Amino acid sequence: MAETTYLEAIRQGLFEEMARDERVFLLGEDIGAFGGAFKVTEGLQARFGEDRVIDTPIAEVAIVGAAAGAAHMGFRPVCEMQFIDFMSNAYSFLTNYVATARYRAGGLATPMVVRGPSGGGVRGGPFHSQNVEAAYLHTPGLKIVCPATARDAKGLIKSAIRDDDPVLYLEHKYLYRRIKEHLPEGEEILTPIGRARLAREGKDLSIITYSAMVFKALEAAEQLEREDGLSVEVLDLRSLLPMDDAAIVATVKKTSRVLIAHEDTRTGGVAGEITARINDLCFEWLDAPVRRVCAHDVPLPFAPTLEDYVLPQTADLVKAARWLAAY
Amino acid sequence: MAKIDVIMPQMGESITEGTLSKWLKKVGDPVKRDEPIFEISTDKVDAEIPAPMAGVLAEVLVQEGQTVAVQTVVARIETDAAAVSAPAPTPAAIVPPVPPPAAPAPPARVEPVPALPLVAPPAPAAAGDESLEDRLRRKSSPLVRKMAAEHQLDLSAIPGSGLAGRVTKGDVLSYLEKGPPPVAPPAAAAPMVPASPVAGAVHLIPGPVVEPWEGDRVEPWSRIRKLTADHMIMSRRVSAHVQSVIEIDYTRVGQLRAAKKADYAGRGVNLTYLAFIAKAVADNLRKHPVLNAAVMGESTVFRREINLGVAVALDWGLIVPVIRHADELSLLGLARAISDLAERARTKRLNPDEIQRGTFSITNPGGFGTFIGLPVLNQPQSAILAVGTIEKRPAVITAPDGTDALGIRTKGMLALSFDHRIVDGADADRFLADLRKSLEGFAENAT
Repeated sequence: MAETTYLEAIRQGLFEEMARDERVFLLGEDIGAFGGAFKVTEGLQARFGEDRVIDTPIAEVAIVGAAAGAAHMGFRPVCEMQFIDFMSNAYSFLTNYVATARYRAGGLATPMVVRGPSGGGVRGGPFHSQNVEAAYLHTPGLKIVCPATARDAKGLIKSAIRDDDPVLYLEHKYLYRRIKEHLPEGEEILTPIGRARLAREGKDLSIITYSAMVFKALEAAEQLEREDGLSVEVLDLRSLLPMDDAAIVATVKKTSRVLIAHEDTRTGGVAGEITARINDLCFEWLDAPVRRVCAHDVPLPFAPTLEDYVLPQTADLVKAARWLAAY
Repeated sequence: MAKIDVIMPQMGESITEGTLSKWLKKVGDPVKRDEPIFEISTDKVDAEIPAPMAGVLAEVLVQEGQTVAVQTVVARIETDAAAVSAPAPTPAAIVPPVPPPAAPAPPARVEPVPALPLVAPPAPAAAGDESLEDRLRRKSSPLVRKMAAEHQLDLSAIPGSGLAGRVTKGDVLSYLEKGPPPVAPPAAAAPMVPASPVAGAVHLIPGPVVEPWEGDRVEPWSRIRKLTADHMIMSRRVSAHVQSVIEIDYTRVGQLRAAKKADYAGRGVNLTYLAFIAKAVADNLRKHPVLNAAVMGESTVFRREINLGVAVALDWGLIVPVIRHADELSLLGLARAISDLAERARTKRLNPDEIQRGTFSITNPGGFGTFIGLPVLNQPQSAILAVGTIEKRPAVITAPDGTDALGIRTKGMLALSFDHRIVDGADADRFLADLRKSLEGFAENAT
């Protein structure tokens, strides 16, 4: 059986949900005949028609606004942002309107998904490499998911579409064709939103992370086991909003030493929020300060050497983990 | 004198702290301008930090392994040539006044080293007057403090393997797993600190700075010495020690002992005065439960068992083996237990559980002729009895007709140290009076 890439897994999820539920439709820039900038929606227009795979003008706020209206009318729209960086053009609409509709209008549901490629490592420069989760983490009413594996890419897009609340689905473009795995045929994959995944079991320290950093964390864990004899646990959060506090607490209680890693910049990032939760929920189980490994606080440079320097690398994780283990 | 500060540099915009990973120069070393003097590591980079000016490294303020905020002064360089050629800075200026309580290796100088003041122990930023809380914070973590409270451990008695001697979770776990060392002093005999008195900052006064003089011999503490030392200081700190002393007329005990000695010897037991005293103590403790007790937080634990610790002096230290359920033993049983435990203590054949769970202790300085001894409490027990020498003394004897005469009696002192937090003077004195009554009227059928 052929392996399914992360990108194909998203497409499969979209396909299955569209086939299952005719209220599901897609809208975005160049997603129809062209199949999307990264070809995530390739072939879907041919299969489901122009009414269900809609090309839109280059206007993110219009895409999100149209989707919100359709969602209120009972549809289940999935918006594609050509690059997630440009979701900020619809920031006001997402945070002021979409996130609050249920609370302002008598429980009016807005079951919609906004998805798109995020993240760096592909020499995309500052406009095409952003990680935007922190900007939306602060908005109650939204849900945010960040799959790392092909299985979760499929399982989370399907769960996001079925969810009655607006979900931001942040896929990582570096993983699109680099990650692949066998997905069982005939089994419906639905990854629950709000539940983390233990990517690797360990007992000496925990790396809490999500999205593409999961793979660097696993690489670091292997190196630390090989070279230092350290047993490193890796927790893949998968969902940031809501966040799986129980899984975080469980790993803290198990290893007592925590490293939080994300590709997004440090200041105001998700790692700070996780650290605060650990303080609130399980401070008494810490045997060392919580450490963060994140990108430097700069717009992501275009030059490959600079991009690699700014983004957190496996070596950075190894080094921070050694410090933690020796603490 | 011109001293300039060397600071922890900011190695990147987002970097707020750096770890000093290694000193490349020692105090007293001359340094050239731009010559690397220490290494740091931050999230992103390792770097050697150059001296900002030429001079002599005069002070080291941050130790290896410490993480400090950027701009923190980590060292000072003396740039004044005259000051440099003057006598080197005094060691006292850089050696922290108190050796770190559980530093991995004591700063032992087995051989007197020529007077270079470089033996700064691997002390973390010991600011000398730090509080107990500061010290605990530096040496532990939230988890470790929680575990210590749960298991009633004294963190200062656990060797730390973490940064700067920090006690880690692993250290506590392995300590719990291995338990107290096979031969251990009272410190280990009793589960360590009753965690109660830590509340409130206890100000630790630094000890004196001691320098060995030429010809002195410096002997690093053995484990038993270290445990004993820590236990004694801890005991003095947590308990309100008070002593009461009573004189006992052992004449009757002496007669019984003389009468029975041969009989006991025939059964392989040496009948000592101590056995009679242990018997009287064991028989009376049930009536005076507060003397067979311990303090737990703000509660008193009255022990159900009466387990008598009997201090044994060894060539290499002190140990307190415990006679379990002493109140259930006859005089013969107690005498046998005392000589058996003492013999095995001296030949290092005690089992670890034979030095645990004492509820009351007896020590016998009188064995060396001492009139009275005033012992330190064996924590967490609330009382300890010291037996003074037993000898013939002149005494006033009142005849049935009320006339007094001088006589010769066998007498000795019993001193009781007790923890005035839970034992009041009257409790202690009633117990001593009962002890005297039991000993002076020792029942013949109890022998």
